[in-house]
Amino acid sequence: MKKIRPILFLSIVALFCLQACETFEPVALDDSALLDGPVAGLSAAEHIQFLKGDASFNNQIFISSNGLGPLFVATSCGSCHAGDGKGHPFTTLTRFGQTNESGNQFLKLGGPQLQHRSVPGFTPEQIPAGATFSKFTPPANTGLGFLDAVSDSDILLFSDPNDLNGDGISGVPNWVELKAYVMPRDGSVVQNGKYIGRFGKKAATYNLLQQTAQAYNQDIGITSTFEPTDTYTGVEIDPEISNQEIQDVVFYLKTLKAPIPRQANTDVLAGKQLFLNVGCGNCHRQEMKTTNTSIQSLSNKVFYPYTDLLLHDMGSGLDDGYTEGSAKTSEWRTPPLWGLGLSKNSQGGKYFLLHDGRAKSIEEAIRLHGGEGTKSKESFESLPAGEKKKLISFLDSL
Amino acid sequence: MKGFLLSALVLITTSLWSQVDSTLFRRANKDTSKLLLNMDAVYNRPFLSVGKTPVALGGYVEANWQHLGTDGLTEGHQFQMKRLTLFVASGISRRIKFLSEIEFEGGTKEINIEFASIDFEFHPLVNFRGGIMMNPIGAFNQNHDGPKWEFIDRPTSATQLLPATWSNVGFGIYGKKYSNNWAYAYELYLTNGFDDQIISNAQNKTYLPATKLNRDRFEESFNGEPLITAKIALRNKKVGELGVSYMGGVYNKFQMDGLTLDKKRRVDVWALDFNTVLPFLKTYLVGEWAFVNVDVPDTYTQQYGNKQSGGFLDVVQPVIRRNIFNFNKSVVNVVCRLEYVDWNVGKFKETGGNISEDFVSMVPGISWRPTPLTVLRLNYRYNWTTDILGNPPSKTAGFQFGFSSYF
Repeated sequence: MKKIRPILFLSIVALFCLQACETFEPVALDDSALLDGPVAGLSAAEHIQFLKGDASFNNQIFISSNGLGPLFVATSCGSCHAGDGKGHPFTTLTRFGQTNESGNQFLKLGGPQLQHRSVPGFTPEQIPAGATFSKFTPPANTGLGFLDAVSDSDILLFSDPNDLNGDGISGVPNWVELKAYVMPRDGSVVQNGKYIGRFGKKAATYNLLQQTAQAYNQDIGITSTFEPTDTYTGVEIDPEISNQEIQDVVFYLKTLKAPIPRQANTDVLAGKQLFLNVGCGNCHRQEMKTTNTSIQSLSNKVFYPYTDLLLHDMGSGLDDGYTEGSAKTSEWRTPPLWGLGLSKNSQGGKYFLLHDGRAKSIEEAIRLHGGEGTKSKESFESLPAGEKKKLISFLDSL
Repeated sequence: MKGFLLSALVLITTSLWSQVDSTLFRRANKDTSKLLLNMDAVYNRPFLSVGKTPVALGGYVEANWQHLGTDGLTEGHQFQMKRLTLFVASGISRRIKFLSEIEFEGGTKEINIEFASIDFEFHPLVNFRGGIMMNPIGAFNQNHDGPKWEFIDRPTSATQLLPATWSNVGFGIYGKKYSNNWAYAYELYLTNGFDDQIISNAQNKTYLPATKLNRDRFEESFNGEPLITAKIALRNKKVGELGVSYMGGVYNKFQMDGLTLDKKRRVDVWALDFNTVLPFLKTYLVGEWAFVNVDVPDTYTQQYGNKQSGGFLDVVQPVIRRNIFNFNKSVVNVVCRLEYVDWNVGKFKETGGNISEDFVSMVPGISWRPTPLTVLRLNYRYNWTTDILGNPPSKTAGFQFGFSSYF
C-alpha cells in the first residue's frame, strides 16, 4: 500500500493538472474592454480571412529584407495601432505641403508624408523649407467597416454647409479625387468628378483599400500594385506585398467589431444627456446605419460611432496650415468617439487626443475645441463640476 | 556533417550490438577531485565508452507537455520534443582532447553543431581551444544541459537577451588555477560574431539571437571583425562561484567591395553570474544578469533599443531525499524561477516617457530527481509581457510537465 500511495498522489496531481489547467490560466477580458475582435456573425470562411488579415496587420514585421523603407515611419501596422486602438506620439505621422484645395505643392520633395526614419545607410526625410505641416496621431481601427458601409446620401443628410438651421455648425464633406485603383461604392454621390472621402483626420481617403495601400506605402515604405511608387526614389518598383495580403488586411479592418460601451450607470446616462444638451452630438452624431454590403454581418445595421464623417472648422487654435483634398486648413473631420475610454490601453496608459495628440485628457480635448465647436465648449465650461464629471464619465464609457 | 553523423551512427550501432556484453561499457569517470566551474561543464558530463576505444559518447533528451493560455486564449495541450543532444568526446592524447555536441531542437526543426573543438593543454593556465565553441558569456551558455536544470523552459534572459546557446567558430585560450578552497579561471576567445539582423528581425526589437539565422556564420564572418569574448570566474568551495564576462565586436557590414556603407557599429555585452548553496537549508541559488549595448543608428527606429538588461534567479530547495519507487537517494525539490528582461531601456524621443517592452516571469514548480542524471519537472509558469508603449501587459500562464535525462 505504501508503494502505491506516491503513484496515487502523482496520478491525482496529473489529473488535476489536466482538468484544471485552464482554471489557472489568465482569463479573457470582457469584450467591452477590448477593441480588437471580429464583428459578430461572420461565416467560417470570413473568419479565416479575418485571421489572415489579423496576422498580416499585427504580426507581420517589415525589415530591410522584406521591403521596409528605406524611408519609413513604422515597421508594422500594429506598431501604430496597438490592440487596434489609437496610436502614440512614437508613431505619429507628419504630413506637409498642402495649404488649399489646389493640391500638394511638395510632392516632388517627399510630400505628402514625412518619413522621418530610415534603415541604416540612408538619410531620412526632413520637412522642406516653406512647407507647412500637421501631425496626425494614428486613429483606432475598430468599427471601420461600419463607417465604410454608410451611404453617401446619409452623410449628406448631416451636412449643412450654409448653416440653414442656424446652430453655428455647418459640416461639409471632403470631396476628393479617386485613385485609379479605387472603385466607387454603389450609390456614390459625385460632384465635379469628386467623391466623398470619409477616412483620415481630414476625411481625404475614400475607402479602406486606399487607406491600407497608402499606409503600407507612406508609413512603412512598402510598394504594392496599388501604390507602386517607392517613397525614397520616387520611381515605380516591384510590389513588396501581394494584392491578397492587402485585401486580407482590408477585410480585417472592415470586420473589426464596433467598440462596446461600458458602465451604463446613472452618472453615465446623465452624462450622455448632458453631452446631447450642450450640443456635442450635433457633430459627434450618435447614430448611423449601414446599407447593403458584401459582408452580411455589416449590412443594414444601426450603430453608434459619435461622428458625422463631415469636416468642421475647428478654429485657429487647431489650424496647422496644412490640409488634404478640398478641406480648409482649419477643418477637421469629426472623429468617432466610440472606444474613446479605451484609448489609454493603446497609448501607453495616457491620453494623446485630438488630431496630433496634444490633448492629454478628455477635458483638455474639449477645451481645445474652437470654431464650430466653440458654443458647445462654452456650454460644457459653464456646467457645474459634478455635471462635467458625468459628461466625462459618459465619454469614458464609450 | 554527414560524415560525422555516419560515424556517430556507427558508434551507436556498435554500442547497441555490444549490449550483449555489458562489461564492454564503462562510464567515463567525472573529475570530482577539483573544484568545478561553469567552464568545466562542457566536459563534466556522463560519457559512455565502448571497450578500450578512446571515444566516449553521451547526450541528453528533453520532452514535455504543456497547457498555456494567453489572455483567455489557449493552444490547448501541446506535447513537445524540446531537444535531443548528442556528445562525442575523444581523448586524442593525454593533453589533447576533442568534444563535439550536436543538438536537434523541436524534432528536426533545428540541427546545430553547438560545440566541436579540440583543446590542447600546454599548461593548466594555458590551454588552446579551436573550432566551434560556446562563447562564455554568462554561465548558462556554458552550462545549459537540460538535466542540470529544474525548469522546463530555459531562462528567457539567457536564451533571448543573451543568445544561448551561442556558438561560433574561433580560437582562444583558457586556464585555471587552484589554491586551497579557491579556483580561479579565465577564458579569452576570438570568434566570428553578430550581424545586422540583431537590429532587423521579425521580433521587432533588438534581438541578439537573430544572428543565429545566418547559416553562413560558421564559415564566413559577416564583416571581417572578430567578436571578443572574455570571462573570469572564481569559485570558493564553501561560498560558490562568481563570473564576470564580456562579449563585444562590430555587428554591421560597414564596407563591401572596398566601398563604405556605414560606420562600424558595436554590440557590447556584460554579464554577471553566480551560484551558491546556502548552508543549513542546502538551498541552491543560481542566477545571471546581463547588460546589452548596441549602437543603433539615430535615424533608425527606437523600436530597436540600444540598451537592454535582464536576468534570472533560480531557487532550488531540496525537500525530500530518500528512496522513492526504489530509486535510492532520489531527491524532490521545490523550486522557483524569477525572470526579468527589459528589451528596450530608455526614453521616447517624442515624449520623454519610459520605453517599456518588458518581460516578467515567475515559475514555481516541483522537480524529482530519481537519479542525479534524470529529472522530472512540474512547473507552473506565469509571464507578464508589456509592449513598447507600456500598455496593459499580456498575461500567459499554465502548467508544464516533462523530463530531461542524460543517456
